[in-house]
Formats: sequence, C-alpha cells, structure tokens
Amino acid sequence: MQQSEESITKENKLTAKLNDSSLKDGVKDALPIILGYLPIGIAYGMLAVNKGLTPLQATAMSLFVFAGSAQLVSIEMIAAGAAVAAIVVMTFLVNLRHLLLSASLSLHLRNLPFYYYPFLGFLITDESFAVAMSKIESQKNKQRYFLGLGFTAYLGWVFSSAVGAFLTEFIDLGSGGALDFVLPAMFVVLLVMQISSRTEIIVALFSVFASLFFALTINGSWNIILATVLAAFLGVYIDGNS
Amino acid sequence: MEIVKFMLMIGGMVLVTFIPRVLPLALLGKKELPEKVVLWLSFIPAAVLAALLAPSILLKNGNLYLSLGNTALIAFFPTLLVAYKTKNIFYTVSGGLIFYLLISLLF
Repeated sequence: MQQSEESITKENKLTAKLNDSSLKDGVKDALPIILGYLPIGIAYGMLAVNKGLTPLQATAMSLFVFAGSAQLVSIEMIAAGAAVAAIVVMTFLVNLRHLLLSASLSLHLRNLPFYYYPFLGFLITDESFAVAMSKIESQKNKQRYFLGLGFTAYLGWVFSSAVGAFLTEFIDLGSGGALDFVLPAMFVVLLVMQISSRTEIIVALFSVFASLFFALTINGSWNIILATVLAAFLGVYIDGNS
Repeated sequence: MEIVKFMLMIGGMVLVTFIPRVLPLALLGKKELPEKVVLWLSFIPAAVLAALLAPSILLKNGNLYLSLGNTALIAFFPTLLVAYKTKNIFYTVSGGLIFYLLISLLF
C-alpha cells in the first residue's frame, strides 16, 4: 500500500516535470540562436578543414569547447603555425568575458544542487546569455529554462560545424575568399555590442593600436594578449580617475 | 593536425573555457570579486575584440596593408554600419560577406 502511494507521488512529480513549460520555452527560444549559428558554424567547419583539421577534429572542437569566436581564432592560429600554449592563452582571453556573463546569470540561478552548475555553466554563450537575460525572469523553473535554451543552441552549433566540416570533404571551396571575412565581421558586431561607454571606446582604440604595434614588433600571436591586458588596465585607470 | 598536438590543444582550450563559465555561477553569493578586478574584467571583451579585429583587416603577411586593394579593410566600413544599426550577429556576418564579395568584384 505504502509502496504504491510512493510510486504515485513519484509519478505525479514526473508529470509535473514534464508539464513544466520552462524547458519547452527554453528550447523554443533557442531557435533564433540556431538560425544565427548555422552560417557561422558552417563557415567555421569549412575554414577549419581548409586550414588543416580533419572534419572529425573540427566537429570535436565544437563538441568540447563550444565557443565560436575562440574556435575561429584558434583555427587562424593553427594555420599561422602558432604554439599550443599561445592558442590556449588566447582562448582564455577571448573567453574571459564568460566570467562576467556567468556572474550576472548567477543572480538568477542561485541555490541549486551543486551538480547543476557544470552543465549550466558550459552552456553560457553570448547568445544564450542575451536571450536568457531578457526572458528568464518570467520563468518558473529558471534552471530548466536555461538548460533547454543552452542545450538546444549547443546542438545547433555542433550540427552546423559538422555540416560545414564534412561538406568540405565533398565540395572543396578552397581557402581564401569571402569566408576569410567571417571572423572579422563577427569581431565587428561583437565589439559594437560590447561598447556602451566612452571609456570602452578609448580602450578599444588603444587596443587596436597596441595590437598592431606589437604585431609589427614581436613574433607569434602575443600582440593580442599584450594589447588586451594593457588596454584593460588603461580602462581601470581612466575610470578610477574620473 | 597531428593527433597529440590536437588533443593537447583541445584539452587546454576546454579547461580555460570551462573554468570562467562555471566558477562564478557555482561560487556566487558566497564571495564577490574585488571591485577593481570586476572593472578590469569588464574591459576585456572590448579590448580583446579590438585587438583581434585590427590585425585581421590591417595586416597582411606581417606588414601594414593600407590600400584600396585590401578588400577586408574596405568591407569593414559598411559592415561596421550594419553592426551598429542592427547589433545582430547574423545580419552583420551575412552583410559582411556580401560586401566583401561585391568589393572584391569591383576593385
């Protein structure tokens, strides 16, 4: 008797979970993100294979790293013959912004069982963050909403990279051409989206000149790391004195 | 790419991507980062993107490439306009590719 009661409550809990619309809403809200990922993921897959990865390696990178701009940067660096250490440091810098996204999201995802965080954290991207920030407040089950949103977007990213990577096996588009402009175009829009103050404009301009200066004077890809770190210090200095 | 080098690279990339994504989420509420550190971090995205963008359109084979023949540099301006107007990755990247193609046909 007691056992069957227990199984009934379990069943109720399960239906409650399935009826919870948060997960479904998350999946639905990821669809525009996937539309955005398709061309970029395909371009990434094509570039990666053109610049020396196998289609499987290109797809594996999307599966494990899941960070579009860092992946594209690493492809450029592989092609330029950069050291593994430089690629990893660059990835770290390019993805440091996730610290801030993660810290802001934490306001909405407090006091969860600990095992949730690796999964929720892995799914943080510029896109999932932007959508979540505008929609998560109204959700009953915020962690399930973000899991639905992030995981669907993740599948879209891995899928579109794989399409680009494996297609290149059959249709060789050659390297160079318009595909080379995917990454600069993405930097442009991400940069514009990041800038919201006068100090940030100064920081960005300083970083432009510092990056060019170090690129012309120091070998390897360290110009970006040096310029980034210095420019961020300049920002702190300016804001600290105003 | 050789498999050992690839695995090292992926392992490193996973580590440095995963930690900044998960740590604040998992530790928040218990400890806040110092204000100066948060301020410094807030400039990283703009700084790193600008540092990446400049060489990608202004350098070629390690030298400055200031010329009308530099398709990426010319395409940068209309792309920036689209980015500013739409603040949308999809529109900007597709627009950028179209500008790039048109300009490479014209010059």
